[in-house]
Amino acid sequence: MQPFNYLKPSTLTEAAALHRQADEPVYLSGGQTLIPAMQQRLSAPSDLIDLSGIAELSGIQAADGAIRIGAFTRHAQVAESAAVRSAIPALARLAGRIGDAQVRNLGTLGGSLANNDPAADYPAAVLALGATVHTDQRAIAAEDFFQAFFETALDHGEVIRALEFPRPRRAAYRKFPNPASRYAVVGVMVAEFDDGVRVGVTGAGPCAFRAHGLEEALNASLSPDALDRVEIPHEDFNRDLYASAEYRAQLVKVMAMRAVRDLFDP
Amino acid sequence: MAALNKHIHLRVNGVSHALEVPANMLLVELLRQRLRLTGTHVGCDTCQCGACTVHLDGRAVKSCALFAVQADGCRVCTIEGIGGPGGLHPMQEAFRDCHALQCGFCTPGMIMRAIDLVERSDGLDEQAVREGLEGNLCRCTGYHNIIKAVLQGQEAMEADDD
Ligand SMILES: Cc1cc2nc3c(=O)[nH]c(=O)nc-3n(C[C@H](O)[C@H](O)[C@H](O)COP(=O)(O)OP(=O)(O)OC[C@H]3O[C@@H](n4cnc5c(N)ncnc54)[C@H](O)[C@@H]3O)c2cc1C
Ligand code: FES
Ligand code: FES
Repeated sequence: MQPFNYLKPSTLTEAAALHRQADEPVYLSGGQTLIPAMQQRLSAPSDLIDLSGIAELSGIQAADGAIRIGAFTRHAQVAESAAVRSAIPALARLAGRIGDAQVRNLGTLGGSLANNDPAADYPAAVLALGATVHTDQRAIAAEDFFQAFFETALDHGEVIRALEFPRPRRAAYRKFPNPASRYAVVGVMVAEFDDGVRVGVTGAGPCAFRAHGLEEALNASLSPDALDRVEIPHEDFNRDLYASAEYRAQLVKVMAMRAVRDLFDP
Repeated sequence: MAALNKHIHLRVNGVSHALEVPANMLLVELLRQRLRLTGTHVGCDTCQCGACTVHLDGRAVKSCALFAVQADGCRVCTIEGIGGPGGLHPMQEAFRDCHALQCGFCTPGMIMRAIDLVERSDGLDEQAVREGLEGNLCRCTGYHNIIKAVLQGQEAMEADDD
């Protein structure tokens, strides 16, 4: 692997300054996407800025209507957190099914969102729960964050600091995992709030999105049958050796129906 | 300030090491090449197969997807640290007893993950063991005997605790 400078700042200000000074810097969080990419020469940073020493990126705080999770929180920590399990059990369960145990022991929430893999699990939850992405510079609404294939609203050098997830009345996540990688071929989170239902879909398109057609149907009647006749537009859906766009559209509907069923029978 | 080489301190199988390592050295390279702990294997090099699984501060991780500098200040345990000839760990014993290996390439990673899995849960059934080993691939056995071994190892580990 090509050599790089390894830097380990202890504050966000220091991290941003190091990022500005370097040629081709990359932040390192859990490394579960970045390090394999470097091994395959898909990424060759001049400077690796390790975020693990920045205390304010860690920690989980439950407040009245929401739960705030630091960007450096590992998937396993979210899955095991008593606070997350009691506030939003569906989110803890989602985290506990990302990849495999070894990946969950290192991979982090912030890394997953910054990476914005079209098949990653967390984006479905961020959209369905209407979470806010807090960075070192601003607060970004879920709808504005995921922009395109592996593209987010983050500016060059901007660091995700924490995610704030509003607490729903209830929520459920269902995914159809790729049997080899466990990434979502399709994953759907359905969340019910006092003012309506939100549906986040991952795996199907170039990046995660809210399924407004499914939301409308569920706001009219919160039941699996309500989704029977909904058309899932799939012109821009992913097609690969695992699934065609048509099959993914069908999976969106079936995963959504199962998630709705789970709302009533968790 | 920035440097291509870094000084790190870590405990490997109970022994403290102060080392200077290139920043781009993976933990698995440190273990195998520098410390000659060649029980930890490299199957894929890209975080897919689990052959390189070790314990970092008591949790199973893939040592090919972690730089040695990231383990600074940590405890690392490898297959050599859990038992050896004359004193096998109950999980190693169970793998031997159940014929849970053929070529043996995946075995150190399987055993390190299996120990972590058993220590973190109680009363695993077959399905839970299958799911718990999702990050470890074996190209020889077809997994059945591995699952059997982990269940038997679980029993032996629990008996040891009593
Ligand atoms: C075998 C395997 C299976 C997997 N299966 C799944 C799965 O089923 N579902 C799933 O969702 N994911 C899966 N993943 C991906 C895994 O969840 C990664 O942990 C995650 O995508 C990246 O998080 P990380 O902390 O490892 O980030 P890193 O790899 O360290 O970083 C990823 C990118 O994000 C940037 N970055 C990191 N943190 C921040 C931050 N705070 N602010 C700004 N930028 C940042 C980095 O610069 C880098 O570009 C899998 C990975 C592997 C290896
Ligand atoms: S060698 Fe590390 S996962 Fe395959
Ligand atoms: S025994 Fe050969 S790979 Fe598992």
